[in-house]
Formats: sequence, structure tokens, C-alpha cells
Amino acid sequence: MNHMTTTSTTPATPGPAAGPGGTVLEATGVTMRFGGLTAVRGVDLTVDSGEIVGLIGPNGAGKTTFFNCLTGLYVPTEGTVKYRGTVLPHRSHLVTKAGVARTFQNIRLFANMTVLENVLVGRHTRTKEGLWSALLRGPGFRKAERESEERAMELLEFTGLDTKRDHLARNLAYGEQRKLEIARALASEPGLLLLDEPTAGMNPQETMATQELVRAIRRQGTAVLVIEHDMRFIFNMCDRVAVLVQGEKLVEGSPQVVQSDERVVAAYLGTPFEGEPGESEAAEVRAAEAREAGGTSSSGSGEGKKEGEGK
Amino acid sequence: MTPTTPTATADKTAPGPVPGLLKLPAHIARWATLAGATGVLLSTFLAWTWTAAFPGNLTVDLYPGGLQVLALTGALLTLLFALSAQGVRGLGWLTPGGKHSPVLLLALGTAATTLYSVAAIAQKLGGLVNLEPGGWIAGIASVVLLVGALGLPADTPGDAVRPPTSPHQRLLHSFKAPTPERGPVLPSWAEILIIAAVVGAGLEVFAYGISTPYGELFIGYLLTTGFALAAITRSGLNRRLSAVTARHRNVTVAAAFIAAFIFPLTQTSEAYATLGAYILIFATVALGLNVVVGLAGLLDLGYVAFLGVGAYAAALVSGSPYSTLDVQFPFWAAVLTGIGASLVFGVVIGAPTLRLRGDYLAIVTLGFGEIFRIAMQNMDGTSGPNVTNGPNGIPNIPDLEILGFNLGEEHTILGFELGRFSNYYLLMLIFTGIVVLVFRRSDQSRIGRAWVAIREDETAARAMGINAFRLKLMAFALGATLAGMAGTVQAHVTFTVTPTQYKFVEVVPPNSAFLLAAVILGGMGTVSGPLIGAALLYLIPEKLEFMAEYQLLLFGIALVLLMRFRPEGLVADRRKQLEFHDTGQLDVPKAGLTKAGV
Ligand SMILES: Nc1ncnc2c1ncn2[C@@H]1O[C@H](COP(=O)(O)OP(=O)(O)O)[C@@H](O)[C@H]1O
Ligand SMILES: [Mg+2]
Repeated sequence: MNHMTTTSTTPATPGPAAGPGGTVLEATGVTMRFGGLTAVRGVDLTVDSGEIVGLIGPNGAGKTTFFNCLTGLYVPTEGTVKYRGTVLPHRSHLVTKAGVARTFQNIRLFANMTVLENVLVGRHTRTKEGLWSALLRGPGFRKAERESEERAMELLEFTGLDTKRDHLARNLAYGEQRKLEIARALASEPGLLLLDEPTAGMNPQETMATQELVRAIRRQGTAVLVIEHDMRFIFNMCDRVAVLVQGEKLVEGSPQVVQSDERVVAAYLGTPFEGEPGESEAAEVRAAEAREAGGTSSSGSGEGKKEGEGK
Repeated sequence: MTPTTPTATADKTAPGPVPGLLKLPAHIARWATLAGATGVLLSTFLAWTWTAAFPGNLTVDLYPGGLQVLALTGALLTLLFALSAQGVRGLGWLTPGGKHSPVLLLALGTAATTLYSVAAIAQKLGGLVNLEPGGWIAGIASVVLLVGALGLPADTPGDAVRPPTSPHQRLLHSFKAPTPERGPVLPSWAEILIIAAVVGAGLEVFAYGISTPYGELFIGYLLTTGFALAAITRSGLNRRLSAVTARHRNVTVAAAFIAAFIFPLTQTSEAYATLGAYILIFATVALGLNVVVGLAGLLDLGYVAFLGVGAYAAALVSGSPYSTLDVQFPFWAAVLTGIGASLVFGVVIGAPTLRLRGDYLAIVTLGFGEIFRIAMQNMDGTSGPNVTNGPNGIPNIPDLEILGFNLGEEHTILGFELGRFSNYYLLMLIFTGIVVLVFRRSDQSRIGRAWVAIREDETAARAMGINAFRLKLMAFALGATLAGMAGTVQAHVTFTVTPTQYKFVEVVPPNSAFLLAAVILGGMGTVSGPLIGAALLYLIPEKLEFMAEYQLLLFGIALVLLMRFRPEGLVADRRKQLEFHDTGQLDVPKAGLTKAGV
């Protein structure tokens, strides 16, 4: 399809605003309060075109909340988010239309639709056919459907799910469901892809495959912002890493810089605050668990249900 | 090692066949089944009772009547399937999937019909003394048939780890059938002939049901057809047939519509054409509701109000002497008026309410539905402006005249006499066709996928770029216009529109509760589901007048049972089939989406 919106957001042909080194995402002073709790506090973050940026931090640090603020699921209490120089509206469908797509920490596929249909839904913003066109079924409609399907099949091949096109999403294995979420997000031809713990619950082979996939996505020209607990993934993949602790950005820099930063080590392993040994141990265990098991932990499960009302 | 040893967990070899409910030797069970079915078959040619006081005239030898015809049909099918299951040459095509499970179901249906008939005779005439020898033979043969069929071994091997042992488990297991292999592809003309034959048979079965003259026969009809359809599903014929119809989609739809057009011609009595017309109105509105509920997942409890808007709009411009507007629009303009009015009403109700999710929407639509009815009741000149004549409604709506063809008069076309209701039936059928087309086309498009996505997970759908509010409003408004369109015909069919026709729940369909029930009972998100659901919901109370007092109670019980045992409804949506009966099987190819187990 040669719609205007398509050409300005297709990763293969990035618009003029996103030349090499251009800023794709620019979040300034993003703050999110839930009543008395400040989940995200004054976070600034930029993602440049062609970059993979990592976002790490202990469970409950506010990473997912930050993502929700970026994608319009939550209206941040303060701060602005710009995509390629324009401020993003606080409506998630408009954010996707602008070119920011995401996956969810707790997989949210359309469980009773087939794999192909899931990806086709992802193409919603890149196709225009309305109800009249569907009812009248002119040649334009057929052409658009055919092209959407071709594009969806390309994405399924890209993610290795093409043999599963007619399976229900709910019947896929866990790792495949995560891949399908990525394929569905890519279908909207985003300039920036937000991945919320893409390897959570995966075995080492699947994690490796996901790394390859993320690299391939970057090669296609889509910038990636990824929340991840698997440190090997982060240090292998990311150009830059930001660390979020208790809603605040602690450090930002290259993986090497972040890895050797004492505050990060302390935050991840937990510094005894009032000299309580018990708490530091608990934090250590939690962090270790998070690194190994990843995102299906309890902090994630509370988020899913509430997201919807965030508008 | 035998499967029954406690260490069967380690047993990797396939376990032997699971016995049926009754542990008979297989060959005895087979012979008993054949003998029982033959017995019932022959008995239908004998007199079952001595007096014609029981309806259907079961007193004549060599001439099956009424319930005997049903028993005869059931026994014949049982016999054919039983012979096919035994590998008789030329009948193998009947059972590509399950072998014994269809026989068991047919036997249950035949025995139920026969025993019910015998019991009804005894009850109606006052005792078993009223049975002729033929009746006794029928009863005894059906018991033999039942025993034989319940002794047939199951089609599928039991679970190697936990084989079904208790009688209850064995009974449930014996209903399971393996899925058939893919059938051969026949030449096109042969497949089209098959479709024509099946559609013709469907019309025959439907017409028979609609024209059953007394309640006992209708019960027998429900028993026979219900079990027979389940048996055909188990036998794998259903699956084969869907493969054929999928190859000739347009031919199938066209054949179905031709059959529906032929229906009034097959009716000798205008009374049954009346039923047909009312069923069609109900079914069309139910299909419109299916866009809202089945596709977009919006629980609308006040849907009948849109039918009312269309009907009132058409009545006001119909030229009725009691209409407060002194105009008479041609039919096409009246239809557009009805569509326009319901569209406006739909958007006005939808715009504020569709921002709500789930339960709130249901409550608000329920409220709006009632507000519509009460508003129509109060616009009588005393409580408000006189628009609708209040509770008296708008009577004397004149018959339609389309291209000089007065639908109120009897016409003779091709030698068939078409009365008033046949005319309206045919007119309504065009509208049903439009709604079917709209449903199918919107379902299989970007818009339909967005609706289903919203139904599945609204937050994720929004994150995929779907403007959920807009699309929900679109579904709601489309549903409203479809109902409004049906309403414009309904006003003319019923002569009168009154507020009480559009209640939330009433004994007579259509009303919001029954519309929703038709959709859920028939199968959400399907085309044929609501049509079948609406036909059943209309016919059952119509035919079984004796249970009128308990109708809502029985209806409730039936709905609860259905939701327990077949939550996807009678006709399963391709997607729903796996949602509710998860086989635990991860690799289900496209052709493999079908009913799994009981
Ligand atoms: N909708 C909400 N309402 C109230 N508190 C929330 C909501 N969403 C997240 N939180 C809280 O914000 C904090 C950060 O959560 P989250 O962003 O999920 O952390 P992370 O993804 O880093 O593990 C947690 O304390 C969580 O309970
Ligand atoms: Mg999280």
C-alpha cells in the first residue's frame, strides 16, 4: 500500500526526520503517580534511530509503567513523549498509528484468533478499508486484503511461525506466543518497537533465537527499546542501557559502563538501607529470581488487568 | 500385561477396545442392535393402537402414520449405519469417522421416539391396554436395540494411563469418535449434486418440523432429528460435507436460498407460511444481534428496541389511518426511513454507552430498551405528545404494494398459490439475505477482525492501533440498522405495532432476551447458528402449547444445560470449537478444527 502514513513509517524507507543518528523517541520528565505511589519519577530517555536500548531494573521499578506511559495506555502525570519530533497523544491507537508498537510482559494475544489473523489485526493502522469497502468488496478491497495477507505471511516467515498460520494463538507454545506478539507488533510497521521482557519464560535456545530476531529487526531499520532481566541478552544486544530503580533513572550508558557502576550493583543486589541484613537478603533473592525466571513474577500479574482503565 | 492391571501406567502398548456401558460380547451387541432396529422398522408397518383418538392414525396395518414415520426413519438410519459399521460393502461412505458412536446415538434417538410414542399412547388413552401387538413389538424391539447399542465397544481407545472404568466414564467414552481422514475430491458436478441433495433434505426436514400438526409429533421430531444430527456429526459425514461445501461456498449459499424460497411453495396451509414469516423476522434480527454480540462482543440487552424503532418508523409513514403522520411512503422510502431512524437511535444510545466496558454496557442497554418501550407507551397525547397512540399502538397498517404487486392478496405463481404470509415470507427472505451478506462480508474483513480483536482483548486491540470506541460504535450502529430494516417489514406483517411487542422478556419472541438466547443457543459468531436457534426458540413454544405455563422455566433449564454441555452453542464457530473443548492437542491443522469428543 502506498498510503502516506505507510511511507513515513515503513522501516525500510524511514522518513526524512529519521536520518542516521536522528532521535526516534524522546521522553522528558515522565512521571506517573498512582495516588500516593510514584511509580515513575522524572524519567528522561531518548532512543536514536537504529539503536537498541535496554531498560533494566528490579521488579516493581516502574519499567512496565514507563512503557504504558510511552504508549498512551497511561496518561503520565507529568512529562512529554515525542516520537520523531512530534508529541505523542495519550491514546494508544494513535501512538501505534504514529509508529510506536509494543509487546506485553504478560502475553496479550487475541487468543481465539488464528496466528495469521493476529498479525492481520496488527496491520490495522496500515490499511484503510472501511465497512463500505468490506460490504461492497470492490477490487480495491481484494487487493488490500491480498497484500495484507502477503505482508503478514512475510512477518510470520520472519519470525518462524509460517507453518502455524492457521492455528489458534492460544494453542501455541509459550515461546511461539512471544514471537507472535513481536510479529503482530511489527505488522504495524513501527519505527520504534517496545519489547517488555521478550525472553521471559524462554529456554536458552529460544532466548538465542529471540536475540537473532531482535538483531534482524534492527537491521530492518526499526529502533528497539527493550525491558529485559536476562543480563546476557542486555549486554549482547544493547547499544545503551538505562537503569530504573524505584521509578527513577539511576544510570544510563553503554553496557560496560552500567555493568561496572557500583550503584547499579548495589541496587540490583540491594544495599542494606537501615542496616537490616534481612532485607538485603530478600532483595538479593528477588533479583536473582528475576534474572532467572523473568517476568511471570507477581509484579507483572497486577499490571495486566489495570492497564485498560488507565486511559 | 493387560490394561486393567494396576501397573497399566507403564503399559505403552495400545489398550484394547473400551467396552460400552453394558459389557456385552461385541458380536452379541451387534446382532442385538441389528435385530432391535429391524424390529422397530417392521413394527411401524403394524397398528400400534386400536383407536384413532390418538393423533396421527396409528391404527392401520402396512401404512405408517405420524410418529410411526419418525420411528421408521430412525430405525432405517440406525440399520444403515449399523451395517456400514460392520463393513457391509457400498455403505462404508456413511461412517468415515466414528462407527459405533453414530449407531449408539441413532439407536438412542429411535428408541426414545418409539418409547415416547408408546408412553404417549398409554398416557393419552389411559393405559397400556390400548396398545395393539404392533405397539408392544415396537416397545420391546426398541429396548433390545437400546441394550445392543449400549453394549457396542467404543470407537476410540481409552486413555492408556487412566482407562475409563466406571459405567459413567464408559458411557461418555462411547460417544467419542475419531476424526475421519480427508475425503476424496469428487468432480464438481457430483459435489454440487451432493450439496443440492443435502440442502433439499434440509428443507424437507425443516418443512416437516414446521408443519407438525400436534405436540406429540413435534417432540418425536425433535428427538429423532436431534439424535440423528449428533450421529451424523460423529460419523464424520458432517466433516466431509463441510469440506465439500467449503469448495463450493457460493453454490451452497445459493442452494440454501433457493431452498428457502421454495419453502412457501411446499406449504399447503397458510398457517405454516405464517410461522415461516415470523421465524424469519426473528432469525434475521437475531443475526443482526450476532454482529453486536458475536463479533464485537458487546452485550446488548435492549436490542429489540431497534426492531421497534424500525417498525414504528415504517408504521408512521405507512399511511395507516391511525398514524399521526398523514403520509404514505413507497416501500423503499419506508425502509430507508426505518434504517435511518434506527441508525440515529443506535448512535445516540451507543455514543455515550460504548465508552463503558462489559457489565455496565449490558445494564445501560437494558435500561435504554425499556426506556424506548415506555416512551412509545407515553407518547399518547396525555403523558406526552401524541405520536404513537400510546398503548394502543398504530393499527391498520396497510399491506405493502411493490411494483403493483399487493402483498396482502393471494397470487398464483407457476401454479402455486401464495397467500399473504407467503408473500411476506418471500419479501423477508430478501432482507435475511442482505443481513447474511452483511454479516459474512463484515466478518471476513479488516473491520470484522478488529471487532473480534476488541472482543478478545480490548487493551491489546487498542495497542494494535484500533480505535476501539469507533469500531464498537460502528458495530452497534450496524446492528441497529439491520434490526430497524427488519422492523419495517415486521410492521406490515403484524398489521399493528404496539409497545408491548418490544419488551425485554416475553413469552413470545422476538424480545431482547430471546434474541440473545437465539444467538447464544445457536452459536455466537456464526451465520447458521442464530438462524437455527431462532427457529427452535420460535417453534418449540408454538408447537408445545401444553407446556406454555412452564415455558420460561423449561427454557431456563435448557439454557443452563446447554451452557454446561455445549457452551459454544449448537453451531460452533471455527474459533470457539477449540476454545471450549481444548483437546490438549497443539498441532491442529486447518482441516482439523472440528468438534472434539462429547
Ligand atoms: N495501574 C496501577 N495502579 C496502581 N499501581 C500500579 C499500577 N500499575 C503499576 N503500579 C505500581 O507501579 C509500580 C511499578 O510497577 P511496574 O511498572 O509493573 O514494575 P516493573 O515492570 O518494573 O516490574 C509497582 O509498585 C506497581 O504496583
Ligand atoms: Mg514489568
